[in-house]
Amino acid sequence: MEKLTKDDVHPKILEALLADSNITLEDALENEMILNMGPQHPATHGVLRLLLRLDGETVMGCVPELGYLHRGYEKLAENMNYYEFIPHTDRLDYLSPMSNNVAYALAVEKLVGIEAPPRAQYIRMIISELARVASHLVAIGSLAMDVGALTVFLWTLREREKILDIWDILCGARFTNSYTRIGGVANDAQPEALAKVKWFIDQYLPNLDECERLINTNRIFIERLDGVGVISADDAIDIGLTGPSLRGSGVEFDLRRAQPYLFYNEIDFKVVTYPDGDSLARYFVRADETRESIKIIRQALEKMPQGETLLNQPKKVLPKKTEIYSRMEELIHDFMIVNFGINPEPGEIYHAVESSKGELGFYLVSKGDGKPWKCKIRSPSFVNLQSVPQLVKGHMVSDVVAILGSLDPVMGEADK
Amino acid sequence: MASPKELLEQRLNEKFSGENFIFNEHRNELTVSLDKKNIIAVCKYLKEEPELAFRLCEDITAVDWATRKNRFSVVYHIYSLKMNFRLALKASVDEKDCNIDSVSSVWNTANWHERETFDMYGIHFNNHPDLRRMYMPEEFEYHPLRKDFPLMGIPGSLSLPKNKN
Amino acid sequence: MGLEAKLNGNSFFTTTVDALTEWARKNSVWPMPMGISCCAIEMMASGDPKYDIARFGSEVMRFTPRQCDLMIVAGTVTYKMSHVVRKIYDQMPDPKWVIAMGACTSSGGMYRSYPVVQGIDQFLPVDIYLAGCPPRPDNLLNALIQIQEKIGRTKARDFQDKPLPRLTVVQPNGEFLQNN
Repeated sequence: MEKLTKDDVHPKILEALLADSNITLEDALENEMILNMGPQHPATHGVLRLLLRLDGETVMGCVPELGYLHRGYEKLAENMNYYEFIPHTDRLDYLSPMSNNVAYALAVEKLVGIEAPPRAQYIRMIISELARVASHLVAIGSLAMDVGALTVFLWTLREREKILDIWDILCGARFTNSYTRIGGVANDAQPEALAKVKWFIDQYLPNLDECERLINTNRIFIERLDGVGVISADDAIDIGLTGPSLRGSGVEFDLRRAQPYLFYNEIDFKVVTYPDGDSLARYFVRADETRESIKIIRQALEKMPQGETLLNQPKKVLPKKTEIYSRMEELIHDFMIVNFGINPEPGEIYHAVESSKGELGFYLVSKGDGKPWKCKIRSPSFVNLQSVPQLVKGHMVSDVVAILGSLDPVMGEADK
Repeated sequence: MASPKELLEQRLNEKFSGENFIFNEHRNELTVSLDKKNIIAVCKYLKEEPELAFRLCEDITAVDWATRKNRFSVVYHIYSLKMNFRLALKASVDEKDCNIDSVSSVWNTANWHERETFDMYGIHFNNHPDLRRMYMPEEFEYHPLRKDFPLMGIPGSLSLPKNKN
Repeated sequence: MGLEAKLNGNSFFTTTVDALTEWARKNSVWPMPMGISCCAIEMMASGDPKYDIARFGSEVMRFTPRQCDLMIVAGTVTYKMSHVVRKIYDQMPDPKWVIAMGACTSSGGMYRSYPVVQGIDQFLPVDIYLAGCPPRPDNLLNALIQIQEKIGRTKARDFQDKPLPRLTVVQPNGEFLQNN
């Protein structure tokens, strides 16, 4: 073990760590131990750093330290026009890039006051649910891997690869897609892509059952998670948890139901809740939510109308590439939008969607320019991580890993 | 039944008579501007009044208006699970008197949001339990989301590791 | 099966030390997955059944730097993170190689902003720059093959005069022990 120096931990962080105890920095190492976990740690899901104050193996205090992946998104957004920021949203929650695109596009559309055509909205719904499945698969797999079941991770990644293949057909990129445009989607969904979606949802459920059979009756897995990291419904709301982490505490709050966007009000689905509020409940919520997503995709495929996938609104929406190359007027509009932006009228809006981690919101302020005056990203992982000190208190060091895995933070959006 | 907007307008004016609330609606979103000295009282009321019950604080941030007299606006987005209604509160903060009361005693979640706002804008939150920087290193002197901070940063303000070999 | 079938009893073969170490080294590169952001997910994907990095002998991802000889820096390195990356790199035993995976690691990429280091070669020696944002897993495997080729060109004597990394160890009685 190497000795901790001032270069490793800033005194202010240590102060925060020792705030609610009567020990001082000098005798900290005698009675209690300070353990540094991360930023490079296989179980912190990225570059989260936790400083733990331990008594033996029991966690007495915990201070999360963020910012190792702070990339300045909000500053970047202020320095580019609305269209240019779409690829950046991919890299926020990089486990489900598609739903981030959709969230941002919806926010800008609300700011501008336009709405995408129905077919585009259905395509958006399908891809955001697929993104949710893809993200939850990684969450389930890595949670199982964190508590020692390695096989599940390989199996869920196998399923995830199938979704990435669908995206490959849909937009040509398998990972960071940038498929959504303001006022629609980049191109219509090809018949092959839709056929592949159908094939995927038909074979997914048996495969999920297979994964669940591996762990749901596994005594080690259950006992590592059952009763670990319990948070009551009131505390969960107070600390700002959203998404599966909140629904694991028995609160039936889902923005798809509470404030329907896209066409979620026409779709029949259940908001999954589990009452226990522990890590196991959060895992169950995720697994069941993917089943609901499959249900939503099936209905959306049936209801999807034919028609345009991009709004015809030349002052606000970029025209299609083929038209730019062949028609003068479209070329001028394209030039104007690319160079001067779409100039929404002054005002500010907040639009939130239910992403796979929780409530993903964009707060956009326009001053009438081509660039947003301010773009604040309300990222679910950031807020969910805030509950970590509360959850890990009194548990063992090995439980910290299970709790973090059950919260499923993605540092890309937590650090922004 | 009154719409959430009417209910809010009526209740706030009733409870805090004599205070100046500005109600503003843009794209069906309600924003209430208020004086920064009232922020804790209003937040507490909105949370604890059983009919309103804004129990979920979604987001706290600030906007730098650069040239206006009151340079910053601190913006709170709160949500009522009961009414399924989202409300934005706005309080102006001047650059010379750059502080506002912390609402972390009302909502626990405000803790990190306020730390982030402090890090990015340098707005000081009074009575905050643990006001440190959220993202940037503690040694960093500037507040990056202020409009006078350049996108590429200030050279030399952040250090790189020294080459040992 | 393979080599054993051809060797009967107490057979032997002759080769140079260099050839043997190169052969062993390049077919068992143990990567240190320095997973920071998006690229880390693609790095994980390269280990999954579809791409299967095990075909190239590199499935043993070690999370402790002391057991690794290849660092895959996957993701945007910020100034705050750069100290950690360098520290981990310093802990890896020689000989060691570095892949800068993705555009932001190689050059800052799309993040021309205040907290991001514009290319990790400002503080690390990089062997392979990998294009893509993020690169597909196939591309990472390609980079691994390039690294193997590079390892194939090294000689054992290239590393003879390198000093050991400086380590400080705290003994159970509280004394500090340093190796040089």
